[in-house]
Amino acid sequence: MGIKVLQPGMLATIQDLGRYGLQKFGVIVGGAMDSISLRIANLLVGNSEGEGALEVTLYGTTLLFETDELIAITGGNLQPTIDGKEAPMWRPLFIQKGSVLKFNTAISGCRAYVSFSGGIQVPKVMSSKSTYIRAGIGGFQGRKLLKNDVFELDRRSELGENLFKQLKKEPTPLSWSADYTSFVTFKKTQTIRFIRGSEYQHFDEESLKTFLSTPYTITTHSDRMGYRLEGEAIQLKEPFELLSEGVTFGTIQVPPNGKPIILMADRQTTGGYPKIAQVISADLPSLAQMQANGRVYFKEVTLEEAQLALIQQERKLKELAFGLRLKRL
Amino acid sequence: MVNLKENVQIRPLSDSALVIHVGEGISEAIHNKVKNILNLLERNPFEGFIEVVPAYNNLTVYYNPIEVYFSNIEKGGEMPYEKVKATILSLMNQSHIVETTKERVVKIPVVYGGEMGPDLEFVASYHGLTPNEVIKIHSSVEYLVYMIGFAPGFPFMGGMDRQIATPRKETPRLSITPGSVGIAGNQTGIYPLETPGGWQIIGRTPSRLFLPEQSPPSLLQPGDRIQFVPISLEEYKSDWEMETWA
Repeated sequence: MGIKVLQPGMLATIQDLGRYGLQKFGVIVGGAMDSISLRIANLLVGNSEGEGALEVTLYGTTLLFETDELIAITGGNLQPTIDGKEAPMWRPLFIQKGSVLKFNTAISGCRAYVSFSGGIQVPKVMSSKSTYIRAGIGGFQGRKLLKNDVFELDRRSELGENLFKQLKKEPTPLSWSADYTSFVTFKKTQTIRFIRGSEYQHFDEESLKTFLSTPYTITTHSDRMGYRLEGEAIQLKEPFELLSEGVTFGTIQVPPNGKPIILMADRQTTGGYPKIAQVISADLPSLAQMQANGRVYFKEVTLEEAQLALIQQERKLKELAFGLRLKRL
Repeated sequence: MVNLKENVQIRPLSDSALVIHVGEGISEAIHNKVKNILNLLERNPFEGFIEVVPAYNNLTVYYNPIEVYFSNIEKGGEMPYEKVKATILSLMNQSHIVETTKERVVKIPVVYGGEMGPDLEFVASYHGLTPNEVIKIHSSVEYLVYMIGFAPGFPFMGGMDRQIATPRKETPRLSITPGSVGIAGNQTGIYPLETPGGWQIIGRTPSRLFLPEQSPPSLLQPGDRIQFVPISLEEYKSDWEMETWA
């Protein structure tokens, strides 16, 4: 008895906040593309914020609930329905046994997150539930969800259990929902902030101007590993050899063809292309919600501004978490 | 005695990671210094420390800026980058370079040529050598593992004889079998997972490089010495079965 996959959709995987501590052995971090939406989804159902949840990409994923459950849906709006009726997002939802949750198609954003109160019962591999598809480890049997998979849930926390009982009794759903607007935006054209990359000064002046002033389009050759961008090519002042070294979520590399690649959640641990820029952590969730054909404008900020933006975001998330706890007293 | 801080530069990679730049190019002396700093940081984790990734001549230090900030807030809330940089510099200032502990020599059995190494003939003819000469050159030296990256357990090694340095294939293969041993330019490496790739494949090892069920999950570590040992196809098969049934 658990959650049965009726249709896997385009790509649905179990993700948490990633697998840390083993990058020096080449083990990628992975984890949710939009970590803020994942954390909020977990907070809404009384989980610890880094619990494993389902990351649903673009469309199609359909789940049958074999028992009564408490869930929350956050992230991009993939028009979720429960038994054909619109499912509200960004709030805890009581789901009755036998109900079918379906993600139709994305009208804004790219990835939805479904948290299950108690968390998904899969073993942690190297201290994480994140699915690492290429290595075949983590998540549900090391792979994306397929038709007829059934996964079980763990026991709800006390917080989750209370909310579950309350919502089960209450026939009308809560009218309240979490205000996500200060954490993540879901627009087709976005301005994404960056700090200078390690090899910024190796790029020619014209290219740097271009990078700052013209939009780049996310191509269809984009996935959880990286976003390949189309736009004006960017050139180095002169070619130079770079040894492979550490790269991270949001690193913008420029290969010899001049078309930037933004490294995303499933990036490799090291890379050898020159790095023009680094997306600031506070803007990664919004970037992660952009689909192919979305347009990005880049805006430079200082390292201090980047760190302050992240601290600010964290403060707001703490306030949200605090507010949620108060609601349940 | 050389202070660890000497000639070291620190720069940000992101708002959550910084790079300790140790020197230029690839050398065993720089590698030794990288290992010294790796050991120092892992043995003295500061508040907010996540992990370190060593490379040829630098180390990337990942930290949680939020944790650093809130651990530091009574003392004026210095920016996390500045705080972490100062902490690392002060740690390095108290340390000197030592010869790191004796390196391990890891023997990697390899079946060269044939189906297992479809590009051995090409590499040989590219240099006017016989396949046996290529095998002898490839398996007669010890290689140093400078770093692990690209894929889990994939070693970046130095020490290959330039006599067998060969450019990558013009058209990369869509899929390379795990365990394949290849040459690209003057590098040699071993593929831990099935991936596409453009390296000239000269052999295959039954050794597994990525060991997700073990800790650490990698057969090799930075600083290891590697010795390739030619084996026959029969030995490969018996080894392979042992691995599979183990």
